[in-house]
Amino acid sequence: MADATAVGGVARYLRERVGALTDRRAVATFTGRRRNLLGLVIVAGLGVVALIGPLVLSTSPTETALAHVLHQPSLAHPLGTDALGRDLLTRMVYGARISLTIAALVIGVRLVLGTGVGVVAGYAGGWVDEAAMRLVDVLLAFPGIVLALVVAGLLGPSLTNAMVALAVVGWGRYARVVRSEVISVKERGFVRAARMMGVSRPRTVARHVLPNVLGPVVVLATLDVGTVVLGAAGLSFLGLGAQPPTPEWGTMLASGRSHLQQAPWLINVPGVAIVVTVFGFNLLGDGLRDVLDPRQRTALEEVDS
Amino acid sequence: MSHYLLSRLGSTLVVLLGVTVLTYSMLFLAPGDPAETVLRQQMGHPPSEEALADFRERHGFDDPFPVQYANWLADVVRGDLGSSYFQKQPVSSLIAQALPNTLTLGLSSMAVAVVVGLPAGVVSAVHRDGLLDQMAQVVSLAGVSMPNFWLGYLLIIVFSLRLDLLPVAGAGGLDHLVLPALTLGTSMTAVIARLVRTTMLDVLDEAYVRTARSKGLRERIVVYKHALRNALIPVITVVGLQLGYVLNGAVVVEIVFQRPGLGKLLVDAVFARDYPIVQGVVLLVGVLFVLTNLLVDLSYRYVDPRISRPGGYDG
Repeated sequence: MADATAVGGVARYLRERVGALTDRRAVATFTGRRRNLLGLVIVAGLGVVALIGPLVLSTSPTETALAHVLHQPSLAHPLGTDALGRDLLTRMVYGARISLTIAALVIGVRLVLGTGVGVVAGYAGGWVDEAAMRLVDVLLAFPGIVLALVVAGLLGPSLTNAMVALAVVGWGRYARVVRSEVISVKERGFVRAARMMGVSRPRTVARHVLPNVLGPVVVLATLDVGTVVLGAAGLSFLGLGAQPPTPEWGTMLASGRSHLQQAPWLINVPGVAIVVTVFGFNLLGDGLRDVLDPRQRTALEEVDS
Repeated sequence: MSHYLLSRLGSTLVVLLGVTVLTYSMLFLAPGDPAETVLRQQMGHPPSEEALADFRERHGFDDPFPVQYANWLADVVRGDLGSSYFQKQPVSSLIAQALPNTLTLGLSSMAVAVVVGLPAGVVSAVHRDGLLDQMAQVVSLAGVSMPNFWLGYLLIIVFSLRLDLLPVAGAGGLDHLVLPALTLGTSMTAVIARLVRTTMLDVLDEAYVRTARSKGLRERIVVYKHALRNALIPVITVVGLQLGYVLNGAVVVEIVFQRPGLGKLLVDAVFARDYPIVQGVVLLVGVLFVLTNLLVDLSYRYVDPRISRPGGYDG
């Protein structure tokens, strides 16, 4: 029941927001800046590459060809080949799928955990709020990557564990944002009216409180994609995330280290891919913030790399 | 204010206690029996029952969790972080050897960031939405998006391998510091430029700046004498909050350049499953971070009494 109304509330909110996005002034705000459009184009392009790329390519990202080791970029291999003769372009395309999947899953978990804790803390108040917020303080007491690398390392180096680590250490910010929004919304007239009319608490949260916290959360999540992509690539680079031969960008960069002199494209290609991805999502997030959450100003808070 | 101070100190203590609990209990994330994992690595073969029992006894693994934690905390409070399982040295002296390298790296990259980022932010704010501002904003966003582990190797390729000007890796003289500091400094530069821009824009909107302008003062004087001075105060304070970046970035940068600092100590210990080192470094990082945030928060209020939000400045 609560789930259905939550979905309904969210859907209604999204309709309104899509309405807001097609609202001429909001569109003008967003498209008024060319870099917002650049961000949108980059993100859309990455999405297409990640979705369709692997279907189009006939080459395998892990198939080795010892006759074609460390070839420079050429017509046959537009981005060159690596130390095992694998086609770099193919590996990059599969890597886009991996990076975006990691980001989606990690942020999904952060979102659910953070929103859950934030709503409960903000709505319940009292000692529940106090306890939840101190827990968030403790999590945010560590620089993100330091905590994530320790958690990932102790669980054992693997992509799954790196994702678990990134998700578990990173929901604090969501909880803070959601909680403060909930607190500011819950005393407003329409929420009190709903309560007084006898609407149950979960239903009030789902239909009236949750939709109002979505704007800032969407912005936070978009900006978080950059952080998570950098964090995941960083953990993989350290050897604590995806393991070879997985075509993950950070892993690829790490194995390119031994050929800096001979084959610099082995680190430059994944490097550029990471920068472009993070840059695109940051541009998009900044632009969305102007439309969806005008109260917050442009300022990236933390970047883990 | 004093009520605020007390409650802020109180919650800091609670958070610090939480940090110790988290630091200690993280060890139990590792799958399997830590005693067996460690002994297997030390001896190179599965340990005997007696060796296991002896190791558990020596390191207190047989006690219930709260007792283990309390013993550990009591030692920590006395400054004893235990001894490394593999390098026969106390963790505190390993940290003492590594910390100066990380601090040097952090301070010099911070210097890079302030020297470049501060003027960039001011120029951006003064030419708000102009071409320079647009460019500065895009460049700084690109800087924030740059992974340190790629930038580091780019610099190595150019300055060490091609131009042969600077050493590839290691720690030592000033020449070993240049590339790591530039690597870590780049993303921080971008952050500081963005921060200075925002603060300057706020200040340029203030009544006293408008007054100064309407008095007919030259723009240069308005910007540098009236606005910048006031914008600098919060910026200087908030630079303190960059400690998180320093520690995050130092991990990767120290691995790229093989600099023996805290980050490298931590990563090596994580791979070796040398738990006392992991706990020691994590604890130190957490405590440093919490205390810096406290100092920044308090000094911020002291500098700018208008801030009276409970909870203060969210780092």
